[in-house]
Amino acid sequence: MTSDTAAHPDSAPQAERFSPLHQAHVDAGANFTDFAGWQMPVRYSSDLAEHHAVRTSAGIFDLSHMAEIVISGPEAGAYLDYALAGKLSAIDLLQAKYSLILNRAGGIIDDVVVYRTAENEYLVIANAGNRFPAFEALSARAARFDVTVTDTSDDVALIAVQGPNSRAILEATADLTVDGDLPALKYYRALGGTFQAGTVLVARTGYTGEDGFELYVDVSDAAALWDALCAAGASFHLVPAGLASRDTLRLEAGMPLYGHELSTSTYPAQAGLGRVVNLGKEVDFIGREASEEGPSAEARVLVGLASAGKRAGRADYLVYRSADATVSDGVITSGALSPTLGHPIAMAYVAPGLARSGTEVFVDVRGTRVPATVTALPFYKRQK
Amino acid sequence: MAEQSELQYTAEHEWVLVDGATATVGITAYAADKLGDVVFVELPAVGSDVASGTVVGEIESTKSVGELFAPITGTVTETNDAVVDSPELVNGDPFGAGWLIKVSFAELPPLLSYAEYSALIGE
Repeated sequence: MTSDTAAHPDSAPQAERFSPLHQAHVDAGANFTDFAGWQMPVRYSSDLAEHHAVRTSAGIFDLSHMAEIVISGPEAGAYLDYALAGKLSAIDLLQAKYSLILNRAGGIIDDVVVYRTAENEYLVIANAGNRFPAFEALSARAARFDVTVTDTSDDVALIAVQGPNSRAILEATADLTVDGDLPALKYYRALGGTFQAGTVLVARTGYTGEDGFELYVDVSDAAALWDALCAAGASFHLVPAGLASRDTLRLEAGMPLYGHELSTSTYPAQAGLGRVVNLGKEVDFIGREASEEGPSAEARVLVGLASAGKRAGRADYLVYRSADATVSDGVITSGALSPTLGHPIAMAYVAPGLARSGTEVFVDVRGTRVPATVTALPFYKRQK
Repeated sequence: MAEQSELQYTAEHEWVLVDGATATVGITAYAADKLGDVVFVELPAVGSDVASGTVVGEIESTKSVGELFAPITGTVTETNDAVVDSPELVNGDPFGAGWLIKVSFAELPPLLSYAEYSALIGE
């Protein structure tokens, strides 16, 4: 682990891009931020209010910057078993699975969600900042399989509705029909459907720690779907929510963010993602050999940190084993004052000797050593 | 509180209201908006001496940390306890209830006029 785990993946210079929903965000008064070359809403009015809305009612997010890569062909399942860390051939039709694209050294090129959209077709959702590395890796790995790897990111928009009211909002949305029983839809399962004349994929997935849905639609239908969801959401306290609240929501839920907790020099086992690497697979896969060996015994591991007061440790702040230690034993990768819990929380990579829950450590917050306690992730879990 | 057009400003996005030999200092609505929701404010102690252009406090939002620069050399005569208890005042009323510190001074450094500050932030 080096400090480059905290480097942002979105630093490569490229032309500024706009979501197909950009005008809706402008009309809603959004503030924008650059994310992986995209101008995306960081907040509409208050990131705290947007955060709380997702925890208590619902929020709607534009995630159209994310990448959609389609894998199709008779060997799609076998190919993904080779290209990714998990066993994707084993998932059901319309099931989703969280997985990793590893490099040969066992590091993480990207973390992805994979949907099986047909018997021989899968949809891989990659991070916006990793669109091209992910596509390149997936394309290169396809050579000896009868599959086609297609980057459809420019054609597909993604809208997430998250929060306890999200199901009611989808059910109330005009012209949205799902092919199946929405209330019975399980977490990490999806349904096909239609919105107006177009098709839509409705998945019970998310990145907030709440119940919620993610809807994949053609970019030409995105604005109308956004408007229809917002109209239906008006009576369910739905608010548009930006990337600032998405970040604090996922942090509370203990979910890693590529470029912060994950990088090409991070092993899954360090990040608590050992279970995502399926060493029980009977086939070889990229990164298998390195994963079997695993990180060294001294490799830092990802933990949660909680502290009292209001001063939050943030990404790149160093972690020490004592108030006067001169050499650091860890580094924060994400941190904020938790809006839900009211105290600072962080994710950090620390020396294995400090990883046990309850261990007291110190975070250097701009020159002051602030005590923190190693805490099991997630920080927040919704009541079911 | 005074109209924004009657305040003076710094390039670090503070506003200054001069009343005799005392200046009231806060951050501008533009700065508060850029920070996002302010969740923690740390201010210098009453009685402490501050030097123009140095960092004397912190304003943290969920997303980032902003520094409070002293716009003026002098002594802190009062800090806004209300804003320490309720940091959201910085967003809700940056030119009023969200004021931060009062500084007594002997000499006023050059500050930006409303027109100059508006030009700086492109408004």
